[in-house]
Amino acid sequence: MLNYSLKRLASAIPTLLILITVAFFLIRIAPGGPFDSEKALPPEIEANLEAKYQLDDPLIIQYFRYLGDIAQFDFGPSFHYRDWTVNQLIAQGAPVSFTLGGIALVLAFVFGVGIGIWAALKQNSPSDYLTMSVAMIGISIPNFVAAPILILVFAITLGWLPAGGWDGSIQRMILPAVALSLPMIAYVARITRGSMIEVLHSSFIRTARAKGMPEHEVLLRHALKPALLPVISYLGPAAAAILTGSVVIERIFTIPGIGSHFVQGALNRDYTLVMGVVIFYGVLIILLNYLVDLLYAWLDPRIRYEG
Amino acid sequence: MPNVRVNLFSALLPGLALMVAGCGDGSEQPTPQPIRLAEPVPVTLDAFGRPAPDVLAEQQQLHRGNGEEPQTLDPHRAEGVPTANILRDLFEGLATTAPDGRIVPGAAGRWDISRDGMTYTFYLREDGRWSNGDPVTAEDFVFSFRRSVDPATAAVYGRMLMPIENAQAILAGDQPPENLGVEALNERTVQIRLDDPTPYFLGLLTHASTYPVHRPSLVEHGDDFVLPGNLVSNGAYELVEWVPRSRLVLDRNLDYHSAGGVIIERVVYYPIEDENTEFQRFRVGDLHWTDQVPSNLFGWLSVNLPQALSVSPWFGTYYFGFNLTRGPFRDNLPLRRALNLAIDRDILTGKVTQFGEIPTFTLVPDGLPDYEPPLPDYAILTQAQREEMARELYREAGYSEDDPLEVELRYNTSENHRKIAVAVAAMWKQTLGVRTRLINEEFRVFLQNRAMRRNTEVFRAGWIGDYQDAFTFLELFHSAHRRNDSGYDNPRYDRLLEQISTERIPARRRNLMVEAERMLLGDQVVLPVYTYVTKRLVNPLLKGWEPNVMDFHPSRQMFFVKSRAQAEAEAAAMQPEVAPETETDSGTTGDVTVVEEGTT
Amino acid sequence: MKGETTIDAFEQAMDKRRVKGRSLYVDAWHRLKRNKAAVAGAIILLFIMVLVTVGPMLNPWDHEIPDWDNYSTPPSLDTGHVMGTDALGRDLFERVMVGGRISLLVGVIATLVSLVIGVTYGAVAGYLGGRVDNWMMRAVDAIYALPFMFFVILLMVVFGRNIFLIFVAIGAVNWLDMARIVRGQTLSLKNKDFIEAARVSGATERQIIGRHIIPNLLGVVVVYVSLTIPQVILVESFLSFLGLGVQEPLTSWGALVNEGAQELETAPWSLLFPATFLAATLFAFNFLGDGLRDALDPRDR
Repeated sequence: MLNYSLKRLASAIPTLLILITVAFFLIRIAPGGPFDSEKALPPEIEANLEAKYQLDDPLIIQYFRYLGDIAQFDFGPSFHYRDWTVNQLIAQGAPVSFTLGGIALVLAFVFGVGIGIWAALKQNSPSDYLTMSVAMIGISIPNFVAAPILILVFAITLGWLPAGGWDGSIQRMILPAVALSLPMIAYVARITRGSMIEVLHSSFIRTARAKGMPEHEVLLRHALKPALLPVISYLGPAAAAILTGSVVIERIFTIPGIGSHFVQGALNRDYTLVMGVVIFYGVLIILLNYLVDLLYAWLDPRIRYEG
Repeated sequence: MPNVRVNLFSALLPGLALMVAGCGDGSEQPTPQPIRLAEPVPVTLDAFGRPAPDVLAEQQQLHRGNGEEPQTLDPHRAEGVPTANILRDLFEGLATTAPDGRIVPGAAGRWDISRDGMTYTFYLREDGRWSNGDPVTAEDFVFSFRRSVDPATAAVYGRMLMPIENAQAILAGDQPPENLGVEALNERTVQIRLDDPTPYFLGLLTHASTYPVHRPSLVEHGDDFVLPGNLVSNGAYELVEWVPRSRLVLDRNLDYHSAGGVIIERVVYYPIEDENTEFQRFRVGDLHWTDQVPSNLFGWLSVNLPQALSVSPWFGTYYFGFNLTRGPFRDNLPLRRALNLAIDRDILTGKVTQFGEIPTFTLVPDGLPDYEPPLPDYAILTQAQREEMARELYREAGYSEDDPLEVELRYNTSENHRKIAVAVAAMWKQTLGVRTRLINEEFRVFLQNRAMRRNTEVFRAGWIGDYQDAFTFLELFHSAHRRNDSGYDNPRYDRLLEQISTERIPARRRNLMVEAERMLLGDQVVLPVYTYVTKRLVNPLLKGWEPNVMDFHPSRQMFFVKSRAQAEAEAAAMQPEVAPETETDSGTTGDVTVVEEGTT
Repeated sequence: MKGETTIDAFEQAMDKRRVKGRSLYVDAWHRLKRNKAAVAGAIILLFIMVLVTVGPMLNPWDHEIPDWDNYSTPPSLDTGHVMGTDALGRDLFERVMVGGRISLLVGVIATLVSLVIGVTYGAVAGYLGGRVDNWMMRAVDAIYALPFMFFVILLMVVFGRNIFLIFVAIGAVNWLDMARIVRGQTLSLKNKDFIEAARVSGATERQIIGRHIIPNLLGVVVVYVSLTIPQVILVESFLSFLGLGVQEPLTSWGALVNEGAQELETAPWSLLFPATFLAATLFAFNFLGDGLRDALDPRDR
């Protein structure tokens, strides 16, 4: 197991390197630079800025200097938020995104799996069709529509919850977390339903039932674990996306997470910030995939890792 | 939290019901009820011209929506309106503005201007202090002006100081910053020498790039001097908290020279880029002041929130530019004129932008105290006549229905630009038969394309004046200006601009500027559409501010008054048994009651 | 990312059915016909496709030119705007139809692009195997770790705002799932008994690929396509939210829904109609896709 972990870790390094290289050159190809503005800069000042941020060296030199910097976990100063370093911005935004994404993940897991199992047990009945249709709404309505509707209903009309903003209080987390989890609930429900149906038709469940085991025990002790496998393999990478925030949700609810850095950073040509969050995301994905494998091993003892 | 109570039920349910029911007939919608915001008591002033204590509300915390997150709080590197709003609270330049936008003494209590208009002497206030108690000295200003033009600072707005002696050479790195024409005559006197008489120079001194910075903290903290805990400022407020992209909290600076007159105790700025979000947060009472208003809500707001909606002219013009360096607009004045005349500005402002933007045919906005833009003669015609002229010119330019102009119109990604571009393209098509390709570009790509003048044909542009003078618009079209994206290159125009810069007699200077603008409009370098307005929602209890063309609204001038309901409740509590026959005695017996109110 | 969900299901399903002969498709067709949700999905899709094709021809309004007298008016027979007008006075019915054409086109073409890239890449990797396969999949992993949206946005920024580039950009990023699925399939097919048998009985490589590998991949591909199109339509709508979608005066359901969401209270019809079409289409594709998957997987019924 340890051997396997080390191998996985080692294999992550070339993956990350490819990722960094692709992202670095991609963002630099984009026309325009971080200091463009509608009020044009005199050439002298533009030159001063480029010198200050070391953008006047050849790109390849900048690339290797960047690799050297990130090897020491220094992601440099943000070009757009000029009073902050990328490290500071991520340290400030990541906990926000993690909190919100974490809640959304829990919601998605609990409700998604719940709905999925329920629908599977009532397979092909009207209530199966009804719940799955409702779940499908989560997938079919873009969250930039769902979020304003949630605000309109729960914040404006009913006045139960705040309309946005972030101060760490639970009230302000509810609406964005719900909006974030809606499409995921739907996906998780569909996957759970599918795999649950499959498991329920498998021979070992039939055997268990034939032995006269109580139905809830059949479900909880035997069916649930294997049925969760596909859910886990979906949630792994999906979690990385959710935990690193969503630009839509952050924008509509004014939440200072890191999700909008992916888009705004690219649009602002904030080279260092974009690279910072891209690497952050990449590392998270690799970690989560590893975690998924561990969970798999736990859920399905048939899987063994070859050294 | 701000204690605004908003009752929204009645206004919203019809809309929601319509959504849910999916019913298509809008006529069944009952008339919406105005949302109720607390109604303010009338402001009465005390003997010193300040609001009387008995009209002031107890809570004096201001929550302002502020558009984008500031890029930096370093005043010399700052850019953008949202940052300028915050810096105006934190810092104070030599001069500052009154609520109506007039220039009034700031850190300098008074100043002299030499007869030739080239030397300014500023006498700093004796009681001017930094937020850590240090006195604000002439040396502070000398240091700060030098820093602002020092190439090492890489100041984005360094050019604001260009009129000062040697500034240009210093910015270019040809001279050391010490050569800047700013000098401390003594502890409290600063003298500034200019290269040319610059009538708008005092206006420049309200700009962030001329604010003083506190040298010792800069030395101690380096680039981090702007972070909370480090930042020492000389304005009415000091920085206490800054969570990037979340909020920025300022508290009253008790060392400020006029701290006694500052009523708002705490200001919280929220960076909210999405206008709809900002609007919703205003509605639920999170905000007292918004930066923007969603552009499609005018009708709704004028029914539901008229008392909170503030719209006033702004010092900026929305226009389209022509690329004059290549076809089809190069050397084709009739074509440019035809496109200009074919658009109906009344429809654009009345139906598309809706908020009372002012249709315009000139580049410089109307409303400057000493400048009258030269109206072209077609401005007084009817739109039908203009369209007739446009068709003639279009034929003259060599195009017809069968051989129409095909043109690209570029704009950067924005709801408002999109709507205007679509409407303009439709007008050109209907009046002239022009085939317009709309090209929406991401902002930085758009800017680059404009500046390179290779791809662009017609492009969306807008300019908000940096200082209150027509020159801020006219200088854009100097052949060497970096933002002259039209590529206008007219030696006569350039010469006029140079004459304006050196002209000392105001009347002659004004005439030269009118002549320059007439030339610009005669050559139809741009297609002006409307004068911008600022539009925002403000809680009716917030007073002390006035709309002004520069859209400067320092928090130190504002204050909250009591709501009428609260004042009445207090009055009732004061004299529970006596019938309110006379209403004039409220101030005399108020003390005890006010204390009680404060403790509940 | 979401495509990941389907991979396992596919692989399991495909393993089961591969062994059977070609009559499987006939069986699958019968099973599909019995699945009411899938059939309903197919009918809805057909209806929407016909409507967006024919609708504009029957409608007197132009999708470009505003009706200057009717800005943002609710649906009404009097004005002749059966779905009302948008904030610029353009007939919403016409806009929804034009937008539907674009959205469906984006969905189909981007999916085809990702299909071509994905199938080729996956098949090559799987068929060649060994070290080449290892490196090719390593590259896929690296691109997987690249945030999808960041990638699409940069492509849009770099290459401008051409509608074909939108297809290509979305397709170019979406092929990863397909590549993984196809690789997995090819890898396991390669060593299957019936392929061995064919090989032993003297079939050429070409015959093997043509007769066995491609038909066996076809099922996966059909299911993948029906589930990817709705995802792509959603991605396009997200780009529209960011203002990076199709150029005016063209539009898409995503762009219309985004405009409508701004007018939630003031002009609810401008959200309602495009959102209904968008949701109905996504519903239909998803039900059809699920139905296809179930139909191709004989175990459950």
